[in-house]
Amino acid sequence: MAWPEGKDIKIVTKNFGVPGSNKISVYMSRGGWQVFNKALAQEPAAIIEEVKKSNLRGRGGAGFPTGMKWSFLPKDAPTTYLVVNADESEPGTCKDRELLAQDPHLLLEGMLISAYAIGCKHAYIYIRGEMMREAQLVQAAIDEAYDAGFLGKPLQAAGGKTFKLDITLHRGAGAYICGEETGLLNSLEGKRGWPRMKPPFPAIKGLFDAPTAVNNVETIMNLPEIISKGAENFAKMGMNKSGGTRIVCVSGHVNKPGVYELPIGIPFRELVFDVCGGIPNGRKFKGLIPGGSSMPPLDESELDVPVEFDALMTDPRIKDVEIKPGVPFDLGGGRRLKTMAGSGGVVVFDDSTDVVRLCARIMQFYAHESCGQCTPCREGSGWLARVCKRVASGEGRPGDVELMANVAGGIAGNTICALGDATAWPMLGFLTKFRADFEAKIRKVA
Amino acid sequence: MALEFNEQTKQHVDRILSRYPNKQAALIPVLHVCQEDFGHLSEEVVDLVSRTLGVPHAHIYGVVTFYTMLHEKKVGHHELMVCTNISCMLKGGYDILEHLEKRLGIKRGETTDDGSFTIIEEECLAACANAPMMICGSDYYLDLTTQKVDDILVKLGKTGNAPGATHHRRATPIPRKA
Repeated sequence: MAWPEGKDIKIVTKNFGVPGSNKISVYMSRGGWQVFNKALAQEPAAIIEEVKKSNLRGRGGAGFPTGMKWSFLPKDAPTTYLVVNADESEPGTCKDRELLAQDPHLLLEGMLISAYAIGCKHAYIYIRGEMMREAQLVQAAIDEAYDAGFLGKPLQAAGGKTFKLDITLHRGAGAYICGEETGLLNSLEGKRGWPRMKPPFPAIKGLFDAPTAVNNVETIMNLPEIISKGAENFAKMGMNKSGGTRIVCVSGHVNKPGVYELPIGIPFRELVFDVCGGIPNGRKFKGLIPGGSSMPPLDESELDVPVEFDALMTDPRIKDVEIKPGVPFDLGGGRRLKTMAGSGGVVVFDDSTDVVRLCARIMQFYAHESCGQCTPCREGSGWLARVCKRVASGEGRPGDVELMANVAGGIAGNTICALGDATAWPMLGFLTKFRADFEAKIRKVA
Repeated sequence: MALEFNEQTKQHVDRILSRYPNKQAALIPVLHVCQEDFGHLSEEVVDLVSRTLGVPHAHIYGVVTFYTMLHEKKVGHHELMVCTNISCMLKGGYDILEHLEKRLGIKRGETTDDGSFTIIEEECLAACANAPMMICGSDYYLDLTTQKVDDILVKLGKTGNAPGATHHRRATPIPRKA
């Protein structure tokens, strides 16, 4: 591997491939369930400070600083909740499923530390309904942790206090929108997974109206490392304001697809051509989706950008996404849209790919998953799916490219949750980077 | 006579209820258990859940129709959930889906006459690095080829019990006693 010496560090995948890694005995024989005591010996506020210093950022998609998110919860609330978002469904993303299956105890220990930090006594894991096998493995791990006395029993904590945590595994039932944190909370309350208006944010009014932290599986699994080796060490491993490592899930047209834990900041070119062994069948690289299907794609000229939250939003080597040729799309206040690191799902496509068909499939997905609350998203996603499909199938009409950009522009920023943006951004992104492919399809018809 | 839970399921439901501060929050877990017991969520089942949790019928219908894994109608003994989202599509996911349709003589969304198989075109199932793929029950079938699909159908066909039985879905982990 080409990255600097000493950077080949595994935090959340350190137990991958170890036989029986999901069992408590194996986890403990490798140093597991030994860090939480160190956390409990500190005051909760000290742990939040430590997490802030570590530059740990949310691994679910938005990359929001975890310590800051926790610090928004009121300190004196009688009840708070920690909810782990294990509803992994962003197309191209397959890390949490592996993490849950291979190292569920690392998640549980991370949850114990996190719950202590925010004063939560009952934490929930919202796992995707389709992940039945993983649900069985996680429930077995929870049972082991109860039997071992880590859960459900008072543990010694700082200042002569005790801390007791219960964890409940909650299965979803098939709805992408429940990965959105407020949709998830409604689903957990036994309702349709309709996202909520914000504010109030979950940190103030979340699950059962109590202050709530919703964190991704991978995020929480970093906690034991931060507590055991210190925040500075964690921050140093990363790049810019992003601490630790990053899991990227690479799929599509590469020789070695897989789930890789890598130093934050590895360039995409190295990821595709070194780590993943390049493009198979003698084909050429055409483009990639950097962080799940919600994110605008990158083309060949943009591959030297590092896989890092801020770089993907700001690096000048990435072209601005345009609403029409030469006119950058405005995120509000003149902010430009490039792309985002998202969920770490990297989908690579070669030069044999019908990019319009690929884009149409993404639009079909969002049209299917729109919850229907907001008109721009409900109607717009359907329009994009239908128009993009007709262009892909060679029945496009003159003006369809402009129509799609117009519809996408009408959705973005005008919905309760980010699913609207998640529909509009890739549509505009594909039109910006691969406009010629769309126009060629329509020209053929005319 | 109104539908009731058997003794074991009733205990499961009570245990689920003990893990939430109110009864409505237990709705989806309880619907999962019901679906395993009764096969699908018929009007009688919805009525039973409504009585058990004190949640109105209308709310439960809203939930059942919102989530793709909750079924109002009977589905096949084996639900073959085939991913065709982008990572799978790039690796031939649609070929797998069409092969299944041809082999079973049904279209996506349909169930075979003997009630053995339902084909469901799924969105991303989080196994993108092993595309194309599908799920049946709690089994993941990865890196699929049409040959592998044929082998899987033989295996499932052989182990399948009477149509309508749902043993393979009896997999929901029940929370431990609080």
